[in-house]
Amino acid sequence: MAPYIGTATSRVDGLAKVTGTAKYAAEYNAPGLAHASMVGATIAKGRITRIDTTAALRVDGVITVLTHENRPPLADNDQAYNDDVAPEGTPFRPLYDGRIIFNGQPIALVVANTLEAARFAASLVRADYLTEPHVTDIHTKRDRGLAVKDPITPLDALFAPPKQRGAPGPALDGADVRHDGEYYVPIEHHNPMEPFASTAVVESDGRLTIYDKTQGVQNVQRYLCSVLGLKQDDVRVISTFVGGAFGVGLRPQFQAVLAALAARALGRSVRVVLTRQQMYVLGYRPAMIQRIVVGANANGTLNAITHDAVTVTSQHENYYRQETGWSGLLYSCANAKYAHRLAKLDLPTACDMRGPSAATGVYALECAMDELAAALKIDPVELRLRCYSDRDQHDNRPYSSKALRECYHQGAEAFGWHTRNPEPRAMRDGSELVGWGMASGVWDAFQAAITVRIRLSANGHAEVACATSDIGTGTATVMTQVAADMLGLPLDSVSVLLGDSTLPASPVEGGSWIAASVSNGIAATADAIRKELLRLAALMPDSSLSGTEADDVGLVDGMLVSRRDNARAVSIADAMRHSAVDQIEREITTNPIEDAARAHNTHSAVFAEVKVDEQLGVIRVTRVVSAIAAGRIVNTKTATSQILGGVVWGIGMALHEETAIDHRFGRVMNANFAEYHVPVHADVHNIKVIFVDEADDSNPLGIKGVGEIGIVGVAAAIANAVHHATGKRVRDLPITLDKLLGKPS
Amino acid sequence: MINFQYARAVSVSEAVRLMAGTPGAKFIAGGTNLVDLMKMDVERPTALIDVSRLPLDTVEETPGGGLHIGALVRNSDLAYHPLVERRYPVLSSALLAGASQQLRNMASIGGNLLQRTRCAYFYDVATPCNKREAGSGCSALGGLNRMNAILGTSDNCIAVHPSDMCVALAALEAKVHVTGTRGERVIAFADFHRLPEAEPQRDNNLAADELVTGIELPQRGFETHYSYLKIRDRSSYAFALVSVAVCLELGGGRIREARLALGGVAHKPWRDAGAEAALSGQSANEATFMRAAALVLSKAKGFGHNTFKIDLARRAVVRALSQAAGGTPQSQSNKKIA
Repeated sequence: MAPYIGTATSRVDGLAKVTGTAKYAAEYNAPGLAHASMVGATIAKGRITRIDTTAALRVDGVITVLTHENRPPLADNDQAYNDDVAPEGTPFRPLYDGRIIFNGQPIALVVANTLEAARFAASLVRADYLTEPHVTDIHTKRDRGLAVKDPITPLDALFAPPKQRGAPGPALDGADVRHDGEYYVPIEHHNPMEPFASTAVVESDGRLTIYDKTQGVQNVQRYLCSVLGLKQDDVRVISTFVGGAFGVGLRPQFQAVLAALAARALGRSVRVVLTRQQMYVLGYRPAMIQRIVVGANANGTLNAITHDAVTVTSQHENYYRQETGWSGLLYSCANAKYAHRLAKLDLPTACDMRGPSAATGVYALECAMDELAAALKIDPVELRLRCYSDRDQHDNRPYSSKALRECYHQGAEAFGWHTRNPEPRAMRDGSELVGWGMASGVWDAFQAAITVRIRLSANGHAEVACATSDIGTGTATVMTQVAADMLGLPLDSVSVLLGDSTLPASPVEGGSWIAASVSNGIAATADAIRKELLRLAALMPDSSLSGTEADDVGLVDGMLVSRRDNARAVSIADAMRHSAVDQIEREITTNPIEDAARAHNTHSAVFAEVKVDEQLGVIRVTRVVSAIAAGRIVNTKTATSQILGGVVWGIGMALHEETAIDHRFGRVMNANFAEYHVPVHADVHNIKVIFVDEADDSNPLGIKGVGEIGIVGVAAAIANAVHHATGKRVRDLPITLDKLLGKPS
Repeated sequence: MINFQYARAVSVSEAVRLMAGTPGAKFIAGGTNLVDLMKMDVERPTALIDVSRLPLDTVEETPGGGLHIGALVRNSDLAYHPLVERRYPVLSSALLAGASQQLRNMASIGGNLLQRTRCAYFYDVATPCNKREAGSGCSALGGLNRMNAILGTSDNCIAVHPSDMCVALAALEAKVHVTGTRGERVIAFADFHRLPEAEPQRDNNLAADELVTGIELPQRGFETHYSYLKIRDRSSYAFALVSVAVCLELGGGRIREARLALGGVAHKPWRDAGAEAALSGQSANEATFMRAAALVLSKAKGFGHNTFKIDLARRAVVRALSQAAGGTPQSQSNKKIA
């Protein structure tokens, strides 16, 4: 039987998804289900002096209106509101008191017999406020940011700027060529297709089952228990399918609290679905102002990099990631220095969004490298090869694997880069200027502890269970493939259970760590199953496998087979039946292999072609080639989709995406799909994805993960292509056509 | 849900009578704009008078050689109507530049005329807006106004009319047929929509009880030299930053007649008689086009975020005129600018 790992296996849940039988959080029903509609604050900062719900309560079908004045008890300490991925600070408490800390903040929840009644009544809730001055513009606080220095928690310590190395000041002074540029990325929102929703079902024994849209059911489960003061067994959180989350579902979101709170208050099942507009107050990619200075020798080697960043967070929590550190990691460079400050604004807390910190930080670095290449008159790919490093520059350690050089070569070859005329404005197609740009990408290859349970039945069926989520990336499919290979079963003999807090422990799904973590967890658990099978096989009379070591047998086509002599084989079913075993169950926690001596990363090289109307500035991204080095690719189909999605998102980041806040109101004004632009089909042309071979032994299956790497570098490649086409450097995203209109032509 | 009455009219006269007798009522046909506005709490009609099944869904040739388009003809049906494609291609093109296929399938021609501005403040009831609530103030003036008007603005409102179709209709000098309790009348297209002035809450000159029953196109369709050029922030499903409808009649290397209408720049489709006159009788070349473009934008005023539109509109006018004169109209399926 050919292995499934490494093939283009179609999604195991594809049929269920496209036929509508896959159920999402807002689609679960329960007897007597009530519907709730959230009311959001209309000021950015201050407090509620009076909240009037009388008109709402008069609406036919309205059951109750919960506000900070009449809600059931909520925990009164910050610790209770913490979650697995909370940054340091004071987490937001929904409906806790009358304090308003961001515009759109939930101030009331109207619960009714019908959604229509709830929504209408929600429009009748009136609040009077005592307003306080607010600030929502990063630019007004750019020089008054809070320096990220010595984080308190271990998680935050991971994200602090790396220590300075060498002496960047003198090195820059001595550089033959120096580039100094400031780059800007606005606030962006995730906009998953599926709305955030929670259906809180009150079971007959009074316990709560919450069907939630989340990237971590156990994170939400623990959070709800502590916030609502419930015992662990009283709350179960289920999230079987997730219609995209991209980081905004990593932390428990307030609709889950609201649904659970209402269900507790009423003793009745309640569903809360946020509107598209309301999803613009859940979290966002922080706006980032960043200054990069690079110094190089005339031969194209780097001698110094400095990276200063200001990013947005809320007044109440200090969210940041490794925004500046990527710059000093990627290229060989003896001197580097970083500074990161937080602009604390009257907004919700920023949160992870696809490729958090790398999508933005590497954008600036890779634009700066392009500007440096132009100044040095060196081809952009050649410059990166001259600066290539086989060692992690922060800690001077080797990589477990790094096939970035092959990404450059294969990507350039597929793109036809060698025919590029290096001069800006030198390539044309009729009325359009043609530009070719490229950029590198980098992300982490994380792995986390995870627990997997496998039940193998004598009838040849295996059930694989883990509390991880499948946020649409294909986790369930990857789990099925890996289990089928490890257990020697066909795909349809494997079923997967996930997205349920009662299943074996998993971290939140994010950071591209789940594919490697859960796959190796399955492999380790399958090993234990195999050992047990061998023990049972050896008990059989005249067993051809007696005396065989566990490492010497494999599971193939329902048989336990000696790897040395495949004539020595025992049927799994026979071995189990002989000992009257109907089912073998193993639950094993797999920890990442300690390997601090090496760095673990994925890489990419992205090549983009743009065509820009010379007169009108209209930009089209006509071709993208993305060459990815990410270890073993478990499923070439779903992995390709991940990269395609990342590239499309990169096109949006480069040309379209920007959350528009009216700073007078501190309010998002384009909170809908008509006005918040993401690429439409007509904006997406040819995209080619290449996975270069990259053998990695950091984990037994050699998996690294591909969720984030696809977006990293794309915006820079496009920005660089726009410069090559037009001769104009636009350093603030998105590159809208007005930024290309110079003097009237 | 906000309760409202619903009545389906079986005739134009009944529709009009119902409207006249029901304060706060709205007509509904495709509902592609009104339903959104109701969801957003911007519109709260006391009653919806459903006109979607009135017999106003035909396209017929008129004795004068023009076309009469029923108000309930779907946008997509009109865009692909053989007579429109052949004789009024600028109208077909403008229709296809708007919205998405799904919306065009639902939206009626009459409704397209009456769609309301996309100004972000008009849509958000938490912010002041004179168009939504007279006297509350214009938030766009000192706020986010990238999409707002540069021509014909007032201190009370800088909203734009979002239609693509209407820009072509303005250039074609269509007529709007309406019926009210006092009978039928015909309104010249240029007189149908209004500038904001002191009453931005009024988008057009329809009386409260009047129903749009049809559009009349004159005989001339400018099928040889035309273009509809729409410049927007992404390739499709985006409202115009600036759009230009051009209709030219050329002869002997000169422009005999020029029609020029702009979208995305004003509270109504923008025509400029002076600019059209400046084109008339001139050679169809870039210098001529630039002179006309400069004239159109000579009184334009930017408000910060949208100031670039003045330059953009100038360029777009020149380009659209070149496309029309060259017989290379802008394609709405190939997004490359012709």
